[in-house]
Amino acid sequence: MTGADPSVVTEHRDPASAGGTVACGADPAPTPATPGASTQSLPHPSSPRAVGTTRRTSWVRQALARSTPIVAALAGILAVWYGVSYLVLPTSQRFLLPPPHEAFGGALSNPQLMGPMLEGLGRSVTVAMIGLVIAVVLGIGYAVVMSQSGWAEKILYPYAVILQTIPILALVPLIGIWLGYATVARVVVCVIIALFPMISNTLFGLQSASAAAHDLFTLNKASRWQRLTKLQFPAAVPSIFTGLRNAAGLSVIGVIVADFYFQQGAPGIGGLLRTYTLRLQMDALFTAIALTALFGVVVFMIFAALDRAVVGRWYGRPTR
Amino acid sequence: MTASAPPREAPTRTLVLDRVTKAFPTGTVALTDVSLAIAPGELVSVVGPSGCGKSTLLRLASGLEEVSSGSIGVAAASTSYVFQDATLLEWRSAARNVELVGELRGVSREERRARAQEVLDLVGLQGFEEQHPRQLSGGMRMRVSLARALVAEPELALFDEPFGALDEITRLQMQTELQKIFRLKRFAALFITHSVSEAVYLSTRVLVMSGRPGRIVAEIEVPWEYPRPPELRYAPEFAAITGRVSAALGEHS
Ligand SMILES: Nc1ncnc2c1ncn2[C@@H]1O[C@H](COP(=O)(O)OP(=O)(O)OP(=O)(O)O)[C@@H](O)[C@H]1O
Ligand SMILES: [Mg+2]
Repeated sequence: MTGADPSVVTEHRDPASAGGTVACGADPAPTPATPGASTQSLPHPSSPRAVGTTRRTSWVRQALARSTPIVAALAGILAVWYGVSYLVLPTSQRFLLPPPHEAFGGALSNPQLMGPMLEGLGRSVTVAMIGLVIAVVLGIGYAVVMSQSGWAEKILYPYAVILQTIPILALVPLIGIWLGYATVARVVVCVIIALFPMISNTLFGLQSASAAAHDLFTLNKASRWQRLTKLQFPAAVPSIFTGLRNAAGLSVIGVIVADFYFQQGAPGIGGLLRTYTLRLQMDALFTAIALTALFGVVVFMIFAALDRAVVGRWYGRPTR
Repeated sequence: MTASAPPREAPTRTLVLDRVTKAFPTGTVALTDVSLAIAPGELVSVVGPSGCGKSTLLRLASGLEEVSSGSIGVAAASTSYVFQDATLLEWRSAARNVELVGELRGVSREERRARAQEVLDLVGLQGFEEQHPRQLSGGMRMRVSLARALVAEPELALFDEPFGALDEITRLQMQTELQKIFRLKRFAALFITHSVSEAVYLSTRVLVMSGRPGRIVAEIEVPWEYPRPPELRYAPEFAAITGRVSAALGEHS
């Protein structure tokens, strides 16, 4: 977490300037504070765009170097887990934290358990991705509208901040009452939770072009549309990918929360978590938790790689 | 443009400032009573202490800012502006950065391509067209920036300390380069610099400004024809002129 105040994004702005925007810092990667965003504390390479050559051997070495910390972290977790399980807990209470091989072994070898669990995971992945796509479209659109005038930003930004400040758990019951307890409501939770990082990062990016670059466009009598499509939007691409990475992680959290509370229709992985908890099915519970963690990590890594690939290609590294 | 009507009394002048004063809403008075005129084929340098309003002068001449009082006349079909840093769009290749001007002005794709290639050759960037700004050195980025200014076929070219961020060697190279281009194109140019020797070496006339609020306190003619050999910088008559400029600067800062 950076702990950045969400309003920081607007402070870079000088409403009186002719071009409408002024230069922000060079780093296009603000990470707005977001309650419950555990994915954001995952390893977060600070400047992956600066490194990199096109040679294959070093590519492999890089991939290894990047995954080493994660593998080490997993090993550490397993070590502590075994330690607690065997050394801390008395035998009578070992069911609270069975050692990893028992916790996963039982469920993984049981197709009747794994089948529904993987189906649930699939449903959750679908909901999270639908929510993410909607949040991306809405978030970019909202930010583009805000970027077009100081007034639009002053009027519209508070709504985004309010949406961001209400804890998602406070909204969940209301969403259930209004929209039912099935897929639509789950998607909406994902959208709400993923929207703010898209809005704030896109807006920051749209405002990141330098004052001189804006002058260049002004001097060449660029239309508003030309300024948006040829300057502001391309300048925002790196920030948009940062936002996408954060929004994707949050969307995963959103779908688990929504699954957990909205139990109508076919269950997602979050719904199964609740069922296993109520039934005290510890091996199934641990396996489901591990699956959600894996889900989160995979989503984060996919979007981090996408970020590196696209942004590195256009904005950093040689194109050929 | 602030006033695009050609100046009445001197129709051969490309840029005329008549008793221009600029005060910002913040209360800062950046310029007082500045008058100057630049004809085609003149390269006029402006030197002055930091913060004396040199950039403001260019912004007024280009129409980016409005005068508070006085008037500005620009008789140029096309004006170009070269910024202190190259101000390239990092997601575009060198060639596409130059083509941007044509894109914004509605020039057809083929013509854009051809003209971008022409000016990139002129500034010595053949072979680097497809490189992105991050792959180019500071000097090469500035060359792209010059090419982008030239592609619009300017009749008036405004330079705001374009070589200020470059190292000494690159800077001298760029001065030679600019001189070559100027000899070829013969636009009217207003060139801001904080280097006295750069001003004298490049220009036909040097204007010296006082500290804020900026006024023009001295005007020094530079006699030599172009091309000026690099060794001119070590000649006694060169030192005599830079001495006069420096003295004027010292008296008024
Ligand atoms: N938009 C603005 N609003 C308020 N004050 C301004 C603005 N632009 C410039 N100034 C002020 O006007 C004065 C002249 O600024 P300007 O940038 O023209 O100086 P300069 O001679 O180019 O300085 P330097 O050599 O450091 O580039 C400065 O005091 C500056 O703070
Ligand atoms: Mg300046």
